[in-house]
Amino acid sequence: MPVPPVHALVFSLLLFAVGVLGVLTRRNAIIILMSIELMMNAANINFIAFGLRSHDLTGQVFAVFTIAVAAGEVAVGLAVVLALFRNRDTVYVDEVHIMKG
Amino acid sequence: MTPAAVVFYILASLALLSAVMVIWSRNVVHSAIYLVLTFLCVAGVYIVLRAEFVAAVQVLVYAGGIVVLFLFVIMLVNLAGTLGPRVRVHATVSAIVGCAAVALLLYVSASGGLDTDFGARIDLSAQGGNLQQVGWALYSDYLLPFEIASLLLLVAMIGAIVLARQKY
Repeated sequence: MPVPPVHALVFSLLLFAVGVLGVLTRRNAIIILMSIELMMNAANINFIAFGLRSHDLTGQVFAVFTIAVAAGEVAVGLAVVLALFRNRDTVYVDEVHIMKG
Repeated sequence: MTPAAVVFYILASLALLSAVMVIWSRNVVHSAIYLVLTFLCVAGVYIVLRAEFVAAVQVLVYAGGIVVLFLFVIMLVNLAGTLGPRVRVHATVSAIVGCAAVALLLYVSASGGLDTDFGARIDLSAQGGNLQQVGWALYSDYLLPFEIASLLLLVAMIGAIVLARQKY
């Protein structure tokens, strides 16, 4: 093994944490989508690290599926951001509170 | 330490650094550029972890497709002059929650439980990569998920077109 898989797991954990912090602290919808992409990358690294550990290709196959899902997710998410900008003239999520009572 | 390990640690730290810059920089375009750097470094990590096909898909789909999509939307929404606040009042609470999540995950990964060796043994270090094996797995064992993924992409495409249309 090139590196201990646990190190890859720690790397993916830190990347995921950065994504979580981005989602929690930033109010720009585009940045939030980028942070979600970071988290999906972290999940992919986990898949591949566990696949490396168990000498199994399933992890890599599912990483490919995750990338497909991420592509679809970001397309729809950015379309939602565009529609939001057209209707509300903002992409800051705390300025969008029409459903708040 | 093997050369592969050295490359892994360099790429991993570079990816983490640029990921932090993604959420730290106030200009959205800078965030998108740092996002490209993160994705490329993660692709390099995939290569070190012997997932050459996933690395290629990562470069093609993420660095080539998704970031371009981000840049197009950034251009369309035109946020010139509205850099926006970096953090809000409740960011402290959010940071505490995030750090608690990190601590929990670190604790789980440090307390063992990841040391089992399981699964069927496949030679991942085949000469010239494992593209053939991945393709074989995709088109035999995972044919149905593969088709469902294509259907999902179709639905996402139609949904994005419908949502982003001028009038609906």
